[in-house]
Amino acid sequence: MIDWGFIFEQSLTQAIDFNAIAFVLAAMGINVHFGYAGLLNFGQIGFVAMGAYGFGLTLTFFGIPNVFVAVLVGIGFSVIFALLLGIPTLRLRSDYLAIVTIAAAEIVRLVARSTPLRPITGGAEGLNQFIGPFRDLNPFNASGTYGFGPWSYRGTQLFVIILGWILVALVVYLVWQLMRSPWGRVVKAIREDEDAARALGKNAYWYKLQALILGGVLGGLAGIILAVGNAAIQPDFFSAPQTFLFWLVLILGGVGRVWSPVVGAVLYWVIITFIRNLGRQLVSAGYVPTSVIDTSQIDQIQFWIVGLSLALLMVFRPQGIFGSREEMALDAR
Amino acid sequence: MLDDATTDQPLATLPWEPGVSKPDPILVVDGMRRAFGGLVAVDVDHLEIQRGIITALIGPNGAGKTTFFNLLTGFDTPDRGSVTFDGDAIDNPSPHNLAKRGMVRTFQLTKALTKLSVMENMKLGAKNQRGERFFSALFTSMWSKQESGIEARADELLTRFKMDHMRDEYSGTLSGGQRKLLEMARSLMTEPRLVMLDEPMAGVNPALTQSLLEHVKGLRDEGITVMFVEHDMDVVRDISDWVVVMAEGRIIAEGPPESIGQNQAVIDAYLGVHHDAPLDPEEEEERLARAQQAEAQQEEEEE
Repeated sequence: MIDWGFIFEQSLTQAIDFNAIAFVLAAMGINVHFGYAGLLNFGQIGFVAMGAYGFGLTLTFFGIPNVFVAVLVGIGFSVIFALLLGIPTLRLRSDYLAIVTIAAAEIVRLVARSTPLRPITGGAEGLNQFIGPFRDLNPFNASGTYGFGPWSYRGTQLFVIILGWILVALVVYLVWQLMRSPWGRVVKAIREDEDAARALGKNAYWYKLQALILGGVLGGLAGIILAVGNAAIQPDFFSAPQTFLFWLVLILGGVGRVWSPVVGAVLYWVIITFIRNLGRQLVSAGYVPTSVIDTSQIDQIQFWIVGLSLALLMVFRPQGIFGSREEMALDAR
Repeated sequence: MLDDATTDQPLATLPWEPGVSKPDPILVVDGMRRAFGGLVAVDVDHLEIQRGIITALIGPNGAGKTTFFNLLTGFDTPDRGSVTFDGDAIDNPSPHNLAKRGMVRTFQLTKALTKLSVMENMKLGAKNQRGERFFSALFTSMWSKQESGIEARADELLTRFKMDHMRDEYSGTLSGGQRKLLEMARSLMTEPRLVMLDEPMAGVNPALTQSLLEHVKGLRDEGITVMFVEHDMDVVRDISDWVVVMAEGRIIAEGPPESIGQNQAVIDAYLGVHHDAPLDPEEEEERLARAQQAEAQQEEEEE
């Protein structure tokens, strides 16, 4: 028998769990980069890694058991990463940034997992002894279970989720406010035509650098959420394909819309959890024979389906959920 | 201040020669050179642009007009040469610095910011906006008052350019001519002293040409200096007070529009040096003989 109740409960639980929060933040970063400023960043996961390691290293290697300092260091790491990428490439055409970001993100992962750095970054095992100071701040009973309706979380999880969604609310407000301000107007003008903006007295390079830093910091915050949610930092999580899942989330919602990453990320986690759990149950209940597929292979299938749905989305609704078809058509003129 | 009737008077007595010095130049170019590999695209010894008039820059295709324009507006860097704008030497020209100093340009291929509304296009042009700084942008109260002032000015300009009915449309929906108008109106939002128009009439339907011309004249009447690149000689004769002719990267002639048609250097540049010179008699006879021979040969073969 298929336990539909369990499948829906799992899907709804994952919809607002810390993974979804991290996806919202990372995709919002790409939204700032690409959706508003027109910067092609294919290495968002690098910013996420910088945030996570900045946070984790402060609590372990630097030995500062203060969560607030750790968050600031995490943000600082992503700012430095943005400067390293942006200063040499933002004067060039946008394709160069795309190439540099994808390579730089891999460099971050490979450096973090390298054996010589094992005493600092924990090498391939990563960091997992840093969560203490964060847990100490938790007002909820760590071993208790909280919940209503289909949702139920342990106290440690609940703390991350509540902080995470407060952060998301602040970020949505921040991006919305910036993009309706004259600052946002300049950034969007640069996306449309950089030379036109420069001819009107705007320093395009400086604005692009600001946008790169802002989106990168949002990526860094995603990394911090992942670090506290998992209570561990795993270098191989920060691999290149992750970036494209953030892109998927953004495109699903609609590029250049402030709510897109939120709705896109929640939907993504609902769909992916639903498919995975349904698939596993179909196999274990015997509806699909194990000679065709076994439970461990289901996790591969879920990405086929994600890929297929993205292709269909591009064909039937290229503007995403919130995008405007009218606006997209302007590009074709 | 000079009034309208006398603005082009100071130039009436000037000799019609390249690099002539003007009574009140807003822009002075010295020894500017730009080469692409072996091709010298621009090689201008000296040029002065008079304040408060319309100067046309003309020349045959490939004369280096657009490159020269790009060099003046900071979109390209000269190999050497110096520019003085309104008395200040421009050491390190970048487009945004020049725009802030009061020199604004438009483009041959219009650059309407398609996914912004017409009004947003206009507001972008305004200078010194507090809300364009990151941290001020976060607090609406820091910029909302300035913003409504800018909006009022933009509305005024849109009305003048008869585009007020389109203020909330995406600029990507405008026609080619309307985009030219928008680009001109938007550049005025920067409160320029010198407007550089790169082929303002290219790709504009004839119905709009006249209104564009009136707007360009309107700029001069407001006291704004205009320099423009144009191919259409009717347009040049109609609106310009002074014409600068470029060919092969050099300034070959200057003068009021009436003078240009009679200038031998200009005719040579457009039509080729020997286009109507008679061949010398010996060469003529030789060719004639050769042609007759060929004809005779052909007849023989046919028989």
